[in-house]
Amino acid sequence: MLDNLKILYHQGKQFIPNVKTAKVPGIFRGRPIISTQKVNETELANLCPMHAISSNPVAIDLGKCTFCGECALQYPEKIKFTTDYKISTNERERLIVKEGDDFAIEVNPAAVRKEIRQIFGKSLKLRQVSAGGDNSCEWELNAANNVQFDMSRFGIEFVASPRHADGIAITGPITQNMAKALEIAYNATPDPKVIVLVGTDAISGGIFAGSPALDRSFLENHKVDLYIPGNPTHPLTIINGLLDLTRKKR
Amino acid sequence: MNYISIKNNQTVPIADIPVLDYQQFRETNISLLIKHSDRHCVNYFGYAQGNSIKLICCIADDSTHEICISSCIVDPSKKFESMSSKLLCFERFERELSENFGITFVNHPWMKPVRYSYNRADKSSVMDNYPFFNIDSEELHEVGVGPIHAGVIEPGHFRFICNGEQILHLEIQLGYQHRGLEDLFLQKKNLLQRVTLAESIAGDTVAGHTSAFCYLWESLSGCDPKPEIDFYRTLALELERIAIHTGDLSAICTDIAYQLGSSVFGRLRTPIINFTQEWGGNRLSKGLIRPGKTQFPFTKELGDRLNEVLNTYEPDFNEMCTELFKLPSALSRLERTGIVSYEDVLSIGTVGMSARMSGLTRDIRTSHPYALYPQLNHEPILKHHGDVYSRAQIRREEIWQSMSYIRQLLKNIPKSKTNYDMPNKLQPNAFSISLVEGWRGEICHCAITDSDGDLAVYKVKDPSFHNWLALALAVRNNEISDFPICNKSFNLSYCGHDL
Ligand code: SF4
Repeated sequence: MLDNLKILYHQGKQFIPNVKTAKVPGIFRGRPIISTQKVNETELANLCPMHAISSNPVAIDLGKCTFCGECALQYPEKIKFTTDYKISTNERERLIVKEGDDFAIEVNPAAVRKEIRQIFGKSLKLRQVSAGGDNSCEWELNAANNVQFDMSRFGIEFVASPRHADGIAITGPITQNMAKALEIAYNATPDPKVIVLVGTDAISGGIFAGSPALDRSFLENHKVDLYIPGNPTHPLTIINGLLDLTRKKR
Repeated sequence: MNYISIKNNQTVPIADIPVLDYQQFRETNISLLIKHSDRHCVNYFGYAQGNSIKLICCIADDSTHEICISSCIVDPSKKFESMSSKLLCFERFERELSENFGITFVNHPWMKPVRYSYNRADKSSVMDNYPFFNIDSEELHEVGVGPIHAGVIEPGHFRFICNGEQILHLEIQLGYQHRGLEDLFLQKKNLLQRVTLAESIAGDTVAGHTSAFCYLWESLSGCDPKPEIDFYRTLALELERIAIHTGDLSAICTDIAYQLGSSVFGRLRTPIINFTQEWGGNRLSKGLIRPGKTQFPFTKELGDRLNEVLNTYEPDFNEMCTELFKLPSALSRLERTGIVSYEDVLSIGTVGMSARMSGLTRDIRTSHPYALYPQLNHEPILKHHGDVYSRAQIRREEIWQSMSYIRQLLKNIPKSKTNYDMPNKLQPNAFSISLVEGWRGEICHCAITDSDGDLAVYKVKDPSFHNWLALALAVRNNEISDFPICNKSFNLSYCGHDL
């Protein structure tokens, strides 16, 4: 017992006091900034393994981007990744960062259903469903609840049963073999409920987009409430995204 | 000779691999393995050649450091005597061949679907009609768990047959994660896309699978990886081992409701993966490893930072380990729980940690050396009880070992940054194999090129492919409440298996 207390004492305070302003160490590929410098746009677009870069004007779709960093390494004057990890939004188009853009990616409050903020403003319980996820976003979702990121201090937690949940957090490109289980879990969740897509694979299929082993029809039939990009998503991106969706701005 | 012997990361013309008739092929591979605990099957797969299927079997010999490759062409409409009837380690490979190509293997003990691949031979076999083993008994009951589990983990279905609280039998149905990954390696023509695929095989083994892909690619294109590239990969692989092992110790503590251990190990993983991010911009080393180049130079400053990270990690880690490994209430849950015997791990052919827990040396770092392991004089860590406790101990000791390797590596940081031109053309009509010891165990990638020098076959094998059966055996006669801790102590990959 005493030893346990000693360890507790040695550990000190581990939690990140402010998840909105915390700095990530070293280099990190968060929200990109694209300069207006002239480059060969076709070459740049062809370089991207995910076809996430479009031209005229040059833009990066963070819903497709795997944050591999290749474009920034090859065209350092054109593309820079900032350490801004707040890149979640509720509108798919907002994930497209255009040449010259340098503003935060945010949730559009006008497009958030009223009941989300009324009912989930202080507490949000999510059932996570991995549907072909490679276990990287799953690791980061778990990390969001460790003693450092401590997401549960905001009343946001993952629960075991969809019947106890206020929504579904999906990771992975949604495989055929998992499509039915996902639908069942979603149907078992009581209304009102949210759908959150976590990671590039979930948002666009990622590198698996177009694979015949996928079945993404779930997303055609249901409206998505929050897109959290990343490969994998950083815990701070997850927490800020969920807070942004559920909390009223003061 | 009935087979050709090659080294790890060696490329040979496909024509050099002897083609046997099935009878010979079967006998050759069985006789290679029988009574040879130092040999095991690292990969056995097939691919279509016109209307026939070409089978390729790769048996690694840990004593000679060679891999014996043999092949055979079969007509999938015919019936073949299974190899598993003699050696259980072929069990899942034959199931895969049967599922993908419709080959009938007679006298196979357990012919069931493996992953329900989208292009399987029999489309009438679907997830919902998986032929579970069941029992007609008034006394026994069945418990079904999954595909969606209580925690934030990947999907798989577990079907238990229990006598009261005691598990008599567990059957594991996988395939939910199948993304058609191996075929995408052929469809995506761009090297960067292919590396991205390798990074996505299993997101917790990015360094492991991406290194295997890169070594394979470099071997096929005939360029030798330079020493600094080996340095980066060894470093990334050992950092990954520390990070995931630490996280697993946390998960083990969670499942025995030891909150302090769960929190402390959980938070100790963070500085390690944060360091990976400081170096390459991603906590799970995505984007870090590329064929023929060093994407992010490893500077002296990064070396100092890493030493600093390890020096603050170590005392906290040791303090927590000392407490956990002497706490009677914890030990009573770990010791003699989920045992797999030496005989069993040998016969089912487990690899990596899941073999070393029961005294079977399977470690590619010594048996089929690559990267900088020869100069680190790696010695595998062995335990002998095959229980959760052994698996926890291996993690603790491998973390110590990895830290000492990293410190040795950091004494001699090679000059960076070098870019080598990666020839986009691979050697045509060639076969290559790459083995890497990931934190779970041996990763095996095989590739075959066509006459134009493009990929014609890409085969991935995650260690979990061998090891899932070990988990099913481990829980027998245990209480069902001990299933979570048995499962976590193996921490096998669903997506790595399902591909
Ligand atoms: S970082 Fe994103 S946009 Fe840039 S090359 Fe990689 S995937 Fe494409």
